[in-house]
Formats: sequence, C-alpha cells, structure tokens
Amino acid sequence: MKIIYTDALIVGGGLAGLRSAIAAKDKGLDTIVLSMVPVKRSHSAAAQGGMQASLGNTVMGEGDNEDVHFSDTVKGSDWGCDQDVARMFVTTAPKAIRELAAWGVPWNRIGKGPRDVIMNGEKETIVEKDEAHGLINARDFGGTKKWRTCYTSDATGHTMLYAVANEALKRDVEIHDKKEAISIIHEYGVCAGVVVRDLINGDLIAYIAKGTMIATGGYGRIYKQSTNAIICKGIGIAMALETGIATLGNMEAVQFHPTPIVPSGILLTEGCRGDGGVLRDKDGYRFMPDYEPEKKELASRDVVSRRMIEHIRKGKGVKSPNGDHLWLDISILGREHIEKNLHDVQDISMTFNGIDPADEGEKGWMPVLPMQHYSMGGIRTKVNGESTTMKGLFCAGEASCWDLHGFNRLGGNSVSEAVVAGMIVGEYFAAYCEKTHLNANTFTIQNFLEAQEDYLKEILTYDGGVNIFDIKDRMRSIMQEKVGVFRNGKDLEDAVIELEELLKKTKEITVKRKTIGNNPELNEAYRVPKMLKLALCVAKGALERTESRGAHYREDHIKRDDVNWLKRTIATWTNPGDTMPTLSYEEIDISKMEMPPAFRGYGRKDSIILNPLSERRAKEIEKIKETLGNVDRFKIQEELLDFDLPKNYKRKNERVGVGYA
Amino acid sequence: MPNENNIDENREKEFREIEITVFRYNPQDKNSTPEYQTYTLEETPGMTLYVALIKIWSSMDPDLSFDFVCRAGICGSCSMVVNGKPRLACKTRTNEFPDGKITLLPLPTFEHIKDLSVDTGNWMNSMSKKVESWIHTKEETDIAALEKPIEPDVAQAVFDLDRCIECGICLASCSTKIMHEDFVGAVGLNRTARFAIDPHDERSDEEFYELIGDDNGVFGCMSLMGCEDHCPKDLPLQTKIAYMRRKMVKV
Repeated sequence: MKIIYTDALIVGGGLAGLRSAIAAKDKGLDTIVLSMVPVKRSHSAAAQGGMQASLGNTVMGEGDNEDVHFSDTVKGSDWGCDQDVARMFVTTAPKAIRELAAWGVPWNRIGKGPRDVIMNGEKETIVEKDEAHGLINARDFGGTKKWRTCYTSDATGHTMLYAVANEALKRDVEIHDKKEAISIIHEYGVCAGVVVRDLINGDLIAYIAKGTMIATGGYGRIYKQSTNAIICKGIGIAMALETGIATLGNMEAVQFHPTPIVPSGILLTEGCRGDGGVLRDKDGYRFMPDYEPEKKELASRDVVSRRMIEHIRKGKGVKSPNGDHLWLDISILGREHIEKNLHDVQDISMTFNGIDPADEGEKGWMPVLPMQHYSMGGIRTKVNGESTTMKGLFCAGEASCWDLHGFNRLGGNSVSEAVVAGMIVGEYFAAYCEKTHLNANTFTIQNFLEAQEDYLKEILTYDGGVNIFDIKDRMRSIMQEKVGVFRNGKDLEDAVIELEELLKKTKEITVKRKTIGNNPELNEAYRVPKMLKLALCVAKGALERTESRGAHYREDHIKRDDVNWLKRTIATWTNPGDTMPTLSYEEIDISKMEMPPAFRGYGRKDSIILNPLSERRAKEIEKIKETLGNVDRFKIQEELLDFDLPKNYKRKNERVGVGYA
Repeated sequence: MPNENNIDENREKEFREIEITVFRYNPQDKNSTPEYQTYTLEETPGMTLYVALIKIWSSMDPDLSFDFVCRAGICGSCSMVVNGKPRLACKTRTNEFPDGKITLLPLPTFEHIKDLSVDTGNWMNSMSKKVESWIHTKEETDIAALEKPIEPDVAQAVFDLDRCIECGICLASCSTKIMHEDFVGAVGLNRTARFAIDPHDERSDEEFYELIGDDNGVFGCMSLMGCEDHCPKDLPLQTKIAYMRRKMVKV
C-alpha cells in the first residue's frame, strides 16, 4: 500500500491550484500539487484575451471601480451568481493583478498621449493621461461598461500561469505531474485525501492530507465541439460527485463562446471583438448592431452566441463542408495591431485554416461558430470555498460553483477568478489545514485504494465488445445536438434517456490490453463513465429548469423566471449504483442582494418574469441610501451587503487620479 | 454544425491515403521491444497530426500513447520528431508531406515514457529552479497601491521572451544537450535573458553568472542554431544567448 502524507493537497496545477499552493506554502504547510500534465501545460495557459480587474488606468477605463465590475459581473450572470462572492472577487482582483505584475507578468502598459483605436468599426483617437504612463493597460471585452481587461497580447493565461508556477517552484511546492486523482477518500463526511493513478506506470497511490482542494477545471470535453483542452474532462468534479456527499451546483450552466474557429474549435479570443473586430454574415454584412443596438458584438457571450445561431437560422450563414458558419473580421484593425496584440490568433488562423487575418477585405475573414467554452457549474462550495456538504474538501477555479458566474461568465473573469480564488479560497484552505490534525484511519485508506484497484480490474473483465470511444463520441454528439446553445424539453428528455443508456453500456466494453499498468484505453474506460455522470447532471438540470437564464436557453420557456427559478440546481449521486443524479434546489435570497434582479441592458428586454421581491428590495436599497445621506460608496456598500475577506484583501485599492476613493 | 469526423461522403473519395509510421516501445514492459508500426488512414481536409493520431487511437490502436493537451500550439505538450525534425504535432498538417509518408519518433533527450510520450515536466521544473526562474527583489510590494510603472516597450520586450512554452524542441535540436546532460539549453538561457531585462528583477550580472556562467550554461552553447531554427514560437534564441554570453564574459 503506497501512501503519501502531506498537510495541504491540491489536485490540479492550473492558476487556481498553484496560487492556492502558494497560499498554503506561505503558511509553512507541506504542500503537494497533483496534475495530470506538467503544470505549465494546464488549460489556464490557453486563456488568451485577458484578466478583468478594475484598475481604471486607461482613459477608456476612467471611473471604473469595484462597484462597476460588480454590477457587470452580476448582470453577466443573469443574477444567478452569489453576490457575496462577486463582491469578494471584485475587491481582490486589482490586488491579484498587481501581485502578478510584481511576479513579472509583462502586462501591456500604457503609453501617454494619443493612440488610434477601432471602436464600432471606426478609427478613433484616444489620449492617455501623462500620469498613467507605464501603468497596466486594458482592452474592451463583452458585457463590461469600462475597458477593464488587462492583457499580455493574446497569451495572457500563458504569462500568468508561468509566473504563478515559477513562484510555486521558488517556494518548493512539491509538484507531482502525470498523476490523476480518481477517487476521494473520506470518512464520517470528512475528506482525507484522494486515490491517485500514476499515469506513467498505472500504480495506485493514496495521498492523505489535512485538507484537500480540487482545482481541476471544467468539463467542456463532454461536448463534441469545445474550445477546451483535451484534458478538460471534469474528472475532479466527477469524483466529488461520486462521494454521494459533495454536491454539484448549476451543472446545466454551460457557456458557448461566439468565436472558436471552424472546424478545429480552437478559440479566437474575445479580444478580437474587444479591439474592434466585427462579425459578418454570408453577404459580408455586419449583423450584430441589428440585434444588439447598444453593445453590438460586445454583448455578453451567451447573447452574442444566440444571436449568431439565430442569424444562421435565417439563412444568413456561410455554407461550408463543415456546416454553416459566420465570419470574424479583424482585418480592419490593421496588420501592426494584429501582429502585436493578436499574435496567436493570427498564428492559429494561418496554421489551421491558411488564412492571414491581417489580409485586407474578405480574404482575411476567419470562419467562426459558437462552441462550448466554459463550465459555470461545478462543486458547490460555501463562500470560503469549502464544499457545502463535505468537510475538508475545498474547490477553486472553474471546477467550482463558488458561484461567481451564475448562468454566464463574463470574458476576462475566468483567469481572474482562478487567481483571485487561489488567493481567497487558498487562504481559507490553508487556515483549515493549519488547524486540522491528520486523522485518517489506515483501514479506511486501504478500503478506498482497494475499491479503485478492484474497479479497474473489473473494467478489464468486461467483455461486451463495445468500443469505449464509440460511447464517448455518442455522448459528445448528444450533448452537442440536444444540450447546446438552444435547448427544448423534447430534445433534453431524449438526451437524458440516451445518456443513461450509455452509462449502463459502459459495462459492455472490452479493453484490449489487460493490464492496469500504463494503458491509455483503460484511462478512457474509467473516465468516460465519470464524464457521462456529469453529462447527465447537465442534461437533467437543463430539462428540469423550465426557464431561460444566461447561457441556459429554453426555446419552450424563453423567459427568465425570477418567481420560480431564481435558484441553484444542486446535483448529488446518492448511491454508487444509480444511473441518474438526484436534483434539489437552493434558493437565492433577493432580500439580501446588493443588486436585485432587473434587465441586463442587452439581450431580450421583454422576456423576464420579475419577482415582486426585486422591486421591494430595490425600494429598500433606495431608502437605505437616503437614510445614509452623503457618505462614500464604501459605506453604502457595507450597509447593503457585508462580506469578509482573509488577510488584508479587503483594503481599498488605489487608482490613478482617484487615490483610495 | 461542423464536425471534423463527418465529412460529406461524396467528397471523401477525393481524399488520399497517408501512412503514419510510429515508434512503439513501452520501457516498463519487459516483453516490449522497440519497433515501428505503420497505420494507413484517409487524409481529411486540414488534417493535423493531432487529428490523425486521435483517429488512429480511437479507431485503430487504443494502446498508442502520445501527449496532447491544448491541440492549438499553446501548451507545448506534443513535441515529437516528425520526419527527422522536432516539431509540435498539433501544428503539423499532414498535407505538408507530398508523398503522404510520415514517421514519428518521441522527442529525444527527455525520459521516454511510452511510444510518443515523454516526461518533460520534471526536467523543465528542475531547469526553472536551476536558473531561478522568478523575480528576485528586496522590494516589498503593496498590492493595494498603484503598480510600479514600466515603459511599454520594455514590457513588450519581456513579453516577447516570455512566450516560450517549454516544449523542449530547442533541446531536441541541440548538440550540446547530447554531450552535457545538465545543459540548461536555449529554454533556460532565454529564461535568464527574460529576467535580466525585466525591471522588476534586481539580480546583477554576477548573480546570473553564478547560475549560468559555465559549460552547462551560456558557455556550453556552440552556436549551431538548431534551437532557433526549430523553435515553434520563433523566439530570437541565438541573439538572446549571445546577449547573455556578452554579459557573462564581462563578469
């Protein structure tokens, strides 16, 4: 029996996991990060366009602060997010970006004086302030009132991940890569660690810790077309579900990004549109202003993706052997801008499609279509990042439903969440590990290890002749066709039925080589059932949710229904032998909101069923403000929604020309 | 909706067949011997080695091992030797090879795991530690206060060197690496150049000399330029090695 003991165990070596590891190590805890791949290859590296933080340095970001970022995030979430978490996030994000700057992330910096930008398809000149010279720059992104997305060209995730990984190496955080956690070890509802499969030799190892954090990212690969890296299979989330104790939140909240390139599905950053790029149809016509007069291409992602499909359905898509698509035109930004600020986009387009997007006119247009991009759902946690139902199990980043994003995440808020959650949740996690004693019974550990060994051996005995890859492909097609951008009751019902059949069918496969050592087919054989369980949570959650909110859009229930559906879907897998998740709901309390539900400012205005409590809360807020009289924004904020942050993260953030106001 | 696996049937007849020959070996299996295996498959439009290998794996040989993660040329996982040259497999299109014959070998100089899979993580982490690949400063940063201003051109210059993805191709192209196992390679030397020009880093030339002032560092390079010729990110590796060497000679 191979057992490794540590104080703080972190599963997942992306931005959230590594930043949490730094928090743990800085408290003097022995810290191990487990990762399926070398940590610098984590999917965080693929984030292109940027990180939102309300620095307000650029003239286009003037007047920005935590309040504006908060409001954008809540609207973006279609009021599905946890407003306490959103407040914690926006208050810490400026600190996160400044910490990263000190760690060497080469953020694009402002040069004083005039510069040309493209806005609404036209060239305009903006003038940057002298005192902002050399400070961190920002670009425009969807669903934001200010230019708030800080960037390093279009390789922002890469530079952030390298900086954070190097800081972890500096602190001697132990990194064990090519290791996949496949089961959570727990006793009396308390997490004791994980069972890990060594992906080099197939060995099973128990990692035992005072506290365990899951930071394994999203589950995009349950869809046929996804921008996600091929490791984004949601295994970390699925093993939490399989405990029968930890719960998942809002799994049906899945984001489709408007501009992955066709057919490879590789992402072209929202920065393309943020910097002034436009969408065109088969006639070369820029159609978004017709649908979204105010925000145009820069409405939130859920809205833009739907408008694109809507437009294609009107026969305006470009026909191709790969199906209909639309065009993304960044040629209007000019070659110099593209080669400097959209370098990887150009590289991707040239490598995978043979198109140089800097070429003028339609020659440079890139074929795009909405595809799966981000998982808003994940392990449901409290505001401190601990599972609501399993003690000692923490979760941060995309794997979590901490609930910063509700039903739609804003572009630029993902890497930002990953680092900020690494700071906040990482701190709470480290504090938990500090005060907890290692208390795992070796008998229990052995049971969990043996259960996994028996399970893998059992898979090798299956002899039904079915190919596991066929099951996986079918699952991905079902999700694509029936649980996509537009959803309806009939398709979702079919999806749930067929996914359940597929899950049962995973016992009818045959794995060709009968070894539990290095065996890439066996890897798929134990991963696919886990993916199917998540797919069922998504499809079932979407079927039951008879409203449209954020990225979840029901053609048979087109209204956002704040009377019946202002709540989170909670999924559990009650018994190991179950073939269907058990769903329940968690109410979101309007009476405690700082910003009660209203119209988002984009999307369809006529399709909201408002809850009378929203108006009542709005009036209450007005009254509180009146009573307070002439006080600063911090005082008002505190009265409306009080929140906590660890360390000194709640301190006011300085801004150029504004100070700490 | 587009679908990379399901191309219109009438068109399929126009596609040629390609032969992909792969080095197969599992060093952990006593019964395994190194051998080549050839797979014949139909080429599809825009096919990359990622698409081809996934197709082989999922429909012909589920035991084939390789390392893909982002499949977009961003993460650096899938370096391998393609017809004699180290490259990122995900960015290699099969139609680049007129005879339709492609031979794939695992990336040399790294520990071989199985078939096309190698262990780059541990080597890269130890290299990062060896060159102390992080900002060294005595300054305490107040993260609530305005950040330190940096000249835009300087930030851009640091970014240009920060684009390295640790894919290992510079090492696989390097003769020194074959002779000096502990040579930090262009990846390590470029990293030191990156920190040397970063205004946040206060290290002196003498301090960099302690890290790379020997044959496993900047004096090991023989300027054969294999690294720069093959770098998938087009980093100016030779210029940066020369830059560091000039600095180190002065120490």
